[in-house]
Amino acid sequence: MTSDTRAPSPTLVRRPAAPVGPHGRHRLRRTVSQVLLTLVGLGFAMPLVWMVASSLKSGGEVFSTPPKLLGDQLLFSNYTQAADYLPFGRFMLNTLLVAVAGTLITLVTSAMSAYAFARLRFRFREAVFLLYLGTLMVPQEVVVVPMFLIMKNLGWVNTFQALILPWAFTAFGTFLLRQFFLTIPTELEEAAKIDGAGHWRILTRVIAPIAAPAFAVLAVFTFITYWNSFLWPLIITNDTSTTTVPLGLNLFLGQNGQEWQLLMAAATISMAPTVLLVLVLQKYLVRGIALSGLGGR
Amino acid sequence: MAVAAAPVVPPGTKRRGTKEEVRRGDGKVALGFLTPGALGFLAFTLFPVIASLVMSFFDWPVLGTPTFTGFGNYVELFTTDDTFRTAIVNTLLFVVLYVPVNIVVSMGLAVWISPRIKGRRYYRVLFFIPAVTPMVGNAVVFTLLLTPNGLVDSAMKSWFGVGAPNFLGSSAWAMPAVVLLSVWQGFGYNLLVFSAALDAVPQHLVEAAEIDGAGAFRRFFNVVLPLLSPSIFFATVLTLISSFQVFTQSYVLTGGGPGNSTTTLVMYLYQSGFQFFRLGFASAIAWVLFVFIMIITAVQFIGQKRWVHYDQ
Repeated sequence: MTSDTRAPSPTLVRRPAAPVGPHGRHRLRRTVSQVLLTLVGLGFAMPLVWMVASSLKSGGEVFSTPPKLLGDQLLFSNYTQAADYLPFGRFMLNTLLVAVAGTLITLVTSAMSAYAFARLRFRFREAVFLLYLGTLMVPQEVVVVPMFLIMKNLGWVNTFQALILPWAFTAFGTFLLRQFFLTIPTELEEAAKIDGAGHWRILTRVIAPIAAPAFAVLAVFTFITYWNSFLWPLIITNDTSTTTVPLGLNLFLGQNGQEWQLLMAAATISMAPTVLLVLVLQKYLVRGIALSGLGGR
Repeated sequence: MAVAAAPVVPPGTKRRGTKEEVRRGDGKVALGFLTPGALGFLAFTLFPVIASLVMSFFDWPVLGTPTFTGFGNYVELFTTDDTFRTAIVNTLLFVVLYVPVNIVVSMGLAVWISPRIKGRRYYRVLFFIPAVTPMVGNAVVFTLLLTPNGLVDSAMKSWFGVGAPNFLGSSAWAMPAVVLLSVWQGFGYNLLVFSAALDAVPQHLVEAAEIDGAGAFRRFFNVVLPLLSPSIFFATVLTLISSFQVFTQSYVLTGGGPGNSTTTLVMYLYQSGFQFFRLGFASAIAWVLFVFIMIITAVQFIGQKRWVHYDQ
């Protein structure tokens, strides 16, 4: 099935350099392709465009036939009003705290474990690592029920530690960083060892700087996973003091007498941080995904 | 959650260290480095996994004492529980609709964008954006689009004089709506994976095929596609695994309804555990889901020998 190496049959050999207008036709095709792709892109972006546009309309203008992209005036006040409706500022802070703390813990513990698995020798290393890997197969749903009981027995329902800790120790970060650490030549750390550096110093001063791209990718994806997480907060919180943004949106949707323009304002706010993150770090991310096929999906 | 890349890089491919080091070992240091992660891992992964399996054999209320019922929960699920049967059918329906559409769309766009399109980086980022925004946010936006008098409905009314069906309120349209949202949200990941793989295809092979007289179609299907097969395999495995876990989309968009038409396995798990407080029963559903995922993944790994090309 791989490349076809049969001798070229004479009837087919008029391919290279299309004789008719070597440039003209190509360029036309390319322009058409570009225009079509732009249309597809616009169609794809429509839900997001509509969301932002609706977040600036008056309540009466959200539903209109024929649909109008923008209302008579742009009501930026919807954003402050949405924040009065439900404490979205609070939800943002909650989510930020959970996502940042979760990401930090994940990075530190994954880096340490990854260092041990990649660079240290100890009994049962392969077996323990396999055990870690094995749990990557287990879907979140399997552990959610006992996790709820554990949290309940610890008296951690409606707490930040319950939102953060359970998902800060997945084997995934360890696996990802270990794969990257293995590609770093040992000569570098041997030089550091001769200079008297201990393992901790080697990890933080030699390996971590080289592995910065891997750390960045892991950090961004961990942050995004925490930020977007829904099932677990839905289970473990029922109080606005710990409500996260996705949960707040869902609460908003469930309220009677729907104010769609406010809901859209809230949705826009909920998406802003991760979209900004991706726009700023796009190069890193695309490369990270390309290398690892990484992703929460 | 992150279900990851186990298949891509074989573990333990590198052995290093001087003989002296091997003899000494780093046991104590290793213990120090592993302890924080391992404690969390034991408490929040390994223990809950085992506990979940144990709980699935119990009648386990939130309050009150658990009673051992053996396979009771499983027997109930597979013999008398109609909702469970519906949830399985719905989940499979979702998987069957979602996975092929996702793969075809992401591959098609990756191929389209890859060669000489101007600004392809920006298209890639655009298509990727919904994948990183909260699913709840995306679902809320789609609710506005698909609801009666929403964008789709009113656009159809003013263009064709006929309104759209009530997507979210009709048992025939609710699942397609969930799939639509999911594809829109999700294909950007695979697009990036395929784009990267396409960039890595050696141009000389494609050119050689062109000189040999292969048309665009043959070049793609006989040269490029086999070279992409490892990433197609990888993307399909991950997409399938995640699609069995579909929950948020239908929870927010349709609440599992109308009727039970979009109730999925995970939604039924959630309802059983956290609305009806049958924790053991919910655990049993979780394990059925797990077994489904393992079987489908195993089948793919066995089947890959027939179509995945790992050699150059």
